Amino acid sequence: MGFLTGPHDPAVRTDSRNDREDRVSTSTERLDALRGGAAPVDHNARTVAALAGNPGCDRRAVLDAAGISKRDTAVHLGHPAPFGQSPFALARARSFEELVKADRCAHLLRLLRETLGLPIPAIAYVDVPQAGGQATRELRHARTRKELRLAAESAVRDGSGDGTLVDHPLLTLPVAGHEVYLDPAVLAVQAGGRFHIVEIKSFAVIDGAADSAQVAAASRLSAVYVYALKAMFAAEGIDPGLVSHEVVLVCPKDFANHPTATLLDVRLQLAALRRQLSRLTRIDRILDRLPSDLTFSLEQSPAELARAVRTVEARYAPECLSTCEMAYFCRSDARGCGSLEVLGRVTRDDLGGLDSVDAVLDLAAGDRRASSEHAEIAEQLHHVHAIYRAHATAEAVVA
Amino acid sequence: MSVVTSYARALAVREGRAQPIATVRHLHLAADPLVFIPLRLAGEAAAPLGAMVGNDPARPHLLVVPQPRNRDLRFAFMAELARIMLPYIEGRAAATETVPGKNERERYLDAPQVIVPGRGAVEFVRLLGRSTRFRRPDGPYPVDPAVPVLGQWLTYLYERTEFAGSSALVPMTEALSLHWATGQSPMEDANLATLLAWVCPPPGRTGQEAAAAAEDPVLWPPAGPDTDPGFDARVLRPAIDAYDASGSPEPVREALRGQLEPTWRLMWRAVELLRGLPEAASVGERWAMDRDRYTREVARLAEGGPPRGRRDRAGSAAARLWDMESARQSYDAQRAYDDPLVMAEHRATGKAFAGEVVHVDRERTILLPGGKKPVSRPLVTVRTADPVRLAPGKKVFSAHRRRQSGEIVESDGGLVVVQLNDQLAKGAGVPGVGDAVCFTELDLGGRIRPGFPAAEETPWTHGGPPAAYEPTDEDAEEDWS
Ligand code: SF4
Repeated sequence: MGFLTGPHDPAVRTDSRNDREDRVSTSTERLDALRGGAAPVDHNARTVAALAGNPGCDRRAVLDAAGISKRDTAVHLGHPAPFGQSPFALARARSFEELVKADRCAHLLRLLRETLGLPIPAIAYVDVPQAGGQATRELRHARTRKELRLAAESAVRDGSGDGTLVDHPLLTLPVAGHEVYLDPAVLAVQAGGRFHIVEIKSFAVIDGAADSAQVAAASRLSAVYVYALKAMFAAEGIDPGLVSHEVVLVCPKDFANHPTATLLDVRLQLAALRRQLSRLTRIDRILDRLPSDLTFSLEQSPAELARAVRTVEARYAPECLSTCEMAYFCRSDARGCGSLEVLGRVTRDDLGGLDSVDAVLDLAAGDRRASSEHAEIAEQLHHVHAIYRAHATAEAVVA
Repeated sequence: MSVVTSYARALAVREGRAQPIATVRHLHLAADPLVFIPLRLAGEAAAPLGAMVGNDPARPHLLVVPQPRNRDLRFAFMAELARIMLPYIEGRAAATETVPGKNERERYLDAPQVIVPGRGAVEFVRLLGRSTRFRRPDGPYPVDPAVPVLGQWLTYLYERTEFAGSSALVPMTEALSLHWATGQSPMEDANLATLLAWVCPPPGRTGQEAAAAAEDPVLWPPAGPDTDPGFDARVLRPAIDAYDASGSPEPVREALRGQLEPTWRLMWRAVELLRGLPEAASVGERWAMDRDRYTREVARLAEGGPPRGRRDRAGSAAARLWDMESARQSYDAQRAYDDPLVMAEHRATGKAFAGEVVHVDRERTILLPGGKKPVSRPLVTVRTADPVRLAPGKKVFSAHRRRQSGEIVESDGGLVVVQLNDQLAKGAGVPGVGDAVCFTELDLGGRIRPGFPAAEETPWTHGGPPAAYEPTDEDAEEDWS
C-alpha cells in the first residue's frame, strides 16, 4: 500500500501514481526530520479518532503526520496537558468487557439476537488468539483478514448465510504513512450479509438514555474501526459496502451490570474522519511553507522548541482543551496575542468577524475606525459600550 | 448569544478581572441554603464516593463510602445523607400563607434551596434520585425507610431545574455566570475554582494568572462529581485498599476531606458574592412558584404519593413542555425588565429602546373598529439613540409600568411615536415630557396553559391512556452494583 495514502479511499486516489510516490518520499523525509530522531508515537483508535478533533489546525496536522508525541512536546514546552484516566474507570471498563465476552460471548450473542433482532440463525464464533509482541501482530492481522474474508465470501455466496463473530480482531489503518494497529475491544459480526462493528463501553444506559458526551466519544471511536474494516475489505477486493455504518454499542443497563445493546449510526463521524485522514495525506502543502531546517526535536531547549512549534500556524479554540495535548501551550500563545478565540465560539460568533480583544474594545470605545465589513458590529458595540458605561460602572465590581 | 456578555468578556480580558453583566441578583438566595458537594467513583454511573453537605459554613458534614463498590455501604451513605438532608428539606414546611384567587390555597412561606457546584452535580442528583426512589424498606432488599424518601426529594429538586428561573436546586457556576462575564470561555467557566479566580482574583494578581493557578488539581481539586484521575491513582486507591485491609475508613475520609474542603470554601465564598447583589424585582414571584411546587410535593408525599415513573407519560410530558417553554419566556423577559444591563442586550439588537419623552399628546382619542364611542389612546414621542427595529403596528410594553401595552405608530431618525393602549385610568399612565422611558416587545407572559387532555384521555396516537405508574418489585430490587 502506498505510503501516506489514506486507506483505499476513492477520495485520495486523485494524484497519478508516480507523481504521488515522488512526493510521498520527500514528505516522509521531511516528516522524519521534523521528529528529529525520536521514534514515531504509537497511534491507537483513540488518537486516530482525535485527529478529527480540530481539522482546521495546521500545527496539529503536522505533529500528527510526523508521528510526534504531542504529550512529550507539551511537557518539554512547560505546558503539560491535564489528561489522564482514573484506574477505577479502567478497571470498570475491563470487568464489563470480560462479562460481555464471557463464555465465548454468550451474552453478546443473546443480545444480538434479541435486542437487535439481527437474523442470526447460527453464529460461528471465531477467536483470533491474543498474544503480545510486534511480530505476532502481523500474524493476528493476517488471521483477522483471512477470517473476515471467509465470512464475507460465505455471506456473498449464500446471500445471508450463517453469522460469524470474530473476537479479538486486529485491524490496521495507514495514518500519515504509518500502519496503525487497532487492537480493539470490539468484535466484528457478520449477520444477514452485513458486517457490524461491536463496541463495548462501560457507561450506563439509564432508562433508555446515556450521557451524550460519552455516546459521541464512542461514535467517534467506532467510526475508526468501521473505516479500518472498510479499508481492509477494499484491500481484499471485497465490497466495502458490506460493512455497515451502524455499530452495535453494548453498555450496562440502568444501575446493574446487565449488558444492553443499541445500534449507533456513525455516518457523520466517518465523514469527519475521512476528511481528516485525507487531509493528512495532503500535508505537503503545509510542509512547503515551512523552513527546510525546521525540527521539533526534544533535544533543543524549550525556547527553541517553542519557536519551532510557532512556525506552524495553530487554530486554538477552547475545545482543544479536551482534544489536544498541546492545548495549554496554544492557549497561552492565543492569550498572549489577545486573540478572541480563547473566549469561545459563542463570543466569536457574537462579535462576528473581529479577531482580537483590542479590536473589539477599541471599536466599542470609538478609538478605531471600522472597516466597511465590520461597520455593523462596530455600531452595535459602540452602542453596547455606551449603555454598559451608564449602568455597569455605577455598580461596584465586587472586590 | 449576547453581544453585551461577549463585550464584557473582552473587557474582562483587558481589565484582568470578571465584569458584571447584571446589576441585580436574578435568583433567590435563602438565608441558609444547603450546600451539597457530591463525589462519585470514576467509571460508575451513580456510585457515590463521598459528599460534603450542610447549611452552616463552619460545620460541614463529611460523608464517605470507604469501599464504593460495596452496595451496603452505598445505602448506608444514602441513609446518612437522608438524615442530614431530610430535616432541612422537610423542615421548610412550617408557616403558611393563603394565596387568594380562583384557586385559593395555602402555601409554605419557605422552601428548600440546595446549591451544588455545577451542572455535573445536578445530573448526579438526578441519578441519585433515580437509583433510590424505588427502593423499599421491606421485601428482599430492604433499605432504611429514609432512603426512598430522599430519592423522591432529589428527584423533585432535579425536576425543578428544568424550569428556568427556579432556585430550588442551583448549580453555582451557572449562577455566577449569570452575573459576571470572565475573560475565559464558557467551557472553562464550568470550573468553579477558575471562575471564582476571575470574579475575585487575589490582590496583585490578574484573573488570568489566578485562574491558571486554580487549574492545578492538586491545589484546587475538581468540584466534582468526578475526581481528579491523578488523585484516584495516587491517593484514593491506596486509601480504599487500606480500608479493605484494615476496615478503617479513616484514610478514605481524610483523602476525601482534602478533596472537598477547598470546594466547600469556594461555594460559601460564592454565596457571599451573590448575596452582595440586591435581589431583582421578579425573584420573589419566581420563588413563590418554587414554594408552590414545594407545598404540593409535601402534600403529595404525605398522602403516600408514589415515586415518579421512569419516564414521563405522553399527556404529562406535553403539559410539562408547555410549562417549561412558558417559564423560559417569562424568565427571559423578567430579567430584562428587572435589570438595565440585561435590557441593554435587547436595546442593542433593536428589540427594545430607551430614551427621553419629547412630546405627549395626552388628549388623543380614536374610534376602535366597530366601536361607537371614541376611546383615549395617547401618543408619546420618544427620542432615542438606540437602533430601533420595531415596525409600525408592533405591540410593545413599557419597561417601567409593567404590563402597560402600546404599539409603535412610527419610527424615524431617532424619534419613535408610541400609542398607549391601556392602564390609562384618569391619565395616570401617561409619562410626561422629559421622563426616561423604555419600551420593548418582550412579553412577560403569564399566559394560561391550554387544556391538555387529562392522563386518562391521552389520544391513542400517543399511546392511549397510560396505566397508572405502579412501582414494581423489580424496581425496588434493581441492582445497584
Ligand atoms: S491545541 Fe494547538 S495544536 Fe492542538 S488542535 Fe488546538 S491549536 Fe492545534
